[in-house]
Amino acid sequence: MRESGRTHPAVLVAIWMVLLLAPAWLGLVGGYTALGARVLVLGLAAMSLNFLLGFTGVLSFGHAAWFGLGAYGTGLTLKFVAASTPLALLAGTLLGGVLGAALGALIAHRRGIYFAMVTIAFGQVFYYIAYRWNALTGGDDGLRGFSRQNLAIGPWSVDIVANGVAFYYFVLICFAAIVAIMALLLRSPFGHTLVAIRENERRARFLGIPVEFHIWAAFALSCVFISFAGGLYALLNNFADPNNLHYSLSGDLVIMAVLGGMRSFWGPLLGAAVFVVLQDYVSSLTTNWMSFVGLLFVLVVLFFPRGLLGVLRGKSPA
Amino acid sequence: MLQLLLFNVTNGLIIGAFYVLMALGLSLILNLSGVINFAHGGFLVLGGYLAYTLTPFLGFWGALIVAPLLTAAIGMAIEQTLIRRLYGRDPLYSLLLTFGLAYIFEDVTRYVWGAQGLPVTIPAFLGRPVSPAFFFITYYRLFMVAVAAAVVLFLFLLLRHSRVGVRIRAGTLDLETVSTLGVNVGRLRAFNFALGIFLAGLSGVLAGGQLGLDPTMGAGLLMPSFIAIIIGGVGSLPGTLVGGLLIGVASGVTAVFFPSASEAVMYVLMALVLLARPRGLMGEEGLLT
Repeated sequence: MRESGRTHPAVLVAIWMVLLLAPAWLGLVGGYTALGARVLVLGLAAMSLNFLLGFTGVLSFGHAAWFGLGAYGTGLTLKFVAASTPLALLAGTLLGGVLGAALGALIAHRRGIYFAMVTIAFGQVFYYIAYRWNALTGGDDGLRGFSRQNLAIGPWSVDIVANGVAFYYFVLICFAAIVAIMALLLRSPFGHTLVAIRENERRARFLGIPVEFHIWAAFALSCVFISFAGGLYALLNNFADPNNLHYSLSGDLVIMAVLGGMRSFWGPLLGAAVFVVLQDYVSSLTTNWMSFVGLLFVLVVLFFPRGLLGVLRGKSPA
Repeated sequence: MLQLLLFNVTNGLIIGAFYVLMALGLSLILNLSGVINFAHGGFLVLGGYLAYTLTPFLGFWGALIVAPLLTAAIGMAIEQTLIRRLYGRDPLYSLLLTFGLAYIFEDVTRYVWGAQGLPVTIPAFLGRPVSPAFFFITYYRLFMVAVAAAVVLFLFLLLRHSRVGVRIRAGTLDLETVSTLGVNVGRLRAFNFALGIFLAGLSGVLAGGQLGLDPTMGAGLLMPSFIAIIIGGVGSLPGTLVGGLLIGVASGVTAVFFPSASEAVMYVLMALVLLARPRGLMGEEGLLT
């Protein structure tokens, strides 16, 4: 099974080179550094979702909720609690992770369509809370009035506030850390168990694997990772708004994962890159960008259900 | 206070009737085809706007019938060309496809009819209140509830007594056997899909007369319909009926005491139901889970 096999070392080197050198080459092709950071953050979010969707085979369609909770947790911490970027990120990650783990416990024994519906519906709870709780969250206008803070590492201070390139590398380091954790998890016996559950849940159960526990754990971990990405998103924009929690974003994240290739580790990052760049480009051309995004969904489902990387890898049993 | 409460309970029932119409359509499609139709709200909006365009030519009564039928025809065309290809595949794909369709619907309605709200003109006598004491109950509101009730009754009679209805119910339980017995499953699903979309279109026309139309209203009505289905139990149409009325009244009553929580209360109800009875109030264990 190639899908759970390791990425070829040469490919791996290429991916990291492209990411490391992004601030240098993005400008040459008409991009900008903040767009690169956006791709990284949404790519991380899509990869976190795919930890559950592609590797555990559980259809969560409400992951924007945890992403947005991470964003709000980070923003609120910076605004009201402490002017510290790492602390704010940690708080956002905890907020989304803990609430995600709690909901996961409630629904871990549900599957397929039912799981999708419950995750969509529950995701909207947090949207309404952010939308309605004006005093705390700023309501419809979003949460403003906070800003990421410079990093203090020992005696040095790293400027990530004004220096966009430095912030890009900060995001890249965070991205690398989470991606490394995900890769290690997927290579561990735990990760192989998740894939086993995806491939044949009944057989896994007969082998004595506690399936519900594993699905809950995968869900909770995925929520922790995506909340972290949400926190980075708040830092990137110095802003959080209810749309970060809305189910439209959940759908966008799922299509990124599918577009890139759900069965591959790096696919969602590629999907996020294509999606973000396309959206950025099309919305600068026409106000009817929603139709283009919708059309992208339809075309991907009909013609690229295995994603770009799935097509590159050629035929394998779908 | 009492009048305020009464107002909100009535309001809740009327909104609940909307949720029921919309959720029943979603439920029909979900049960037989295993498709979560994210574009259902888009079809609702389309029905409303078609009625807006048709009213000058056909009058309100004509539009009330023709607009949902047209919407159903468009729905059936989409089912035949796009959605049909995804039956039997991972539900992820139909979810994504209809999700994309919802984007396209919202954008196209905005492009064709504009972003600002438009009213569906209703006959003058329907706009009048029933009595001065109950000024908030207009004939139109009674009419909406009556239409919803009649449609629901008709739907349940159809499913219980007609041949196609029996087939739909049987297909919900075991599509393979129904197919083996010689039923054209493709046609059954197409009819069932159109029936569900008809209900969406009809709710769109009715909603347009009361609230006016705007391109995003479908998305707003979609989530309550999901919750109605989950509360009532996936796979059970009577459950969907009960769920829709329940969340309508619950949010109506909450609006009296704690206005900003009127949406949240649906989710609280859903959480309680999932904790106490995970399959939903009237759902069957093991179906579609």
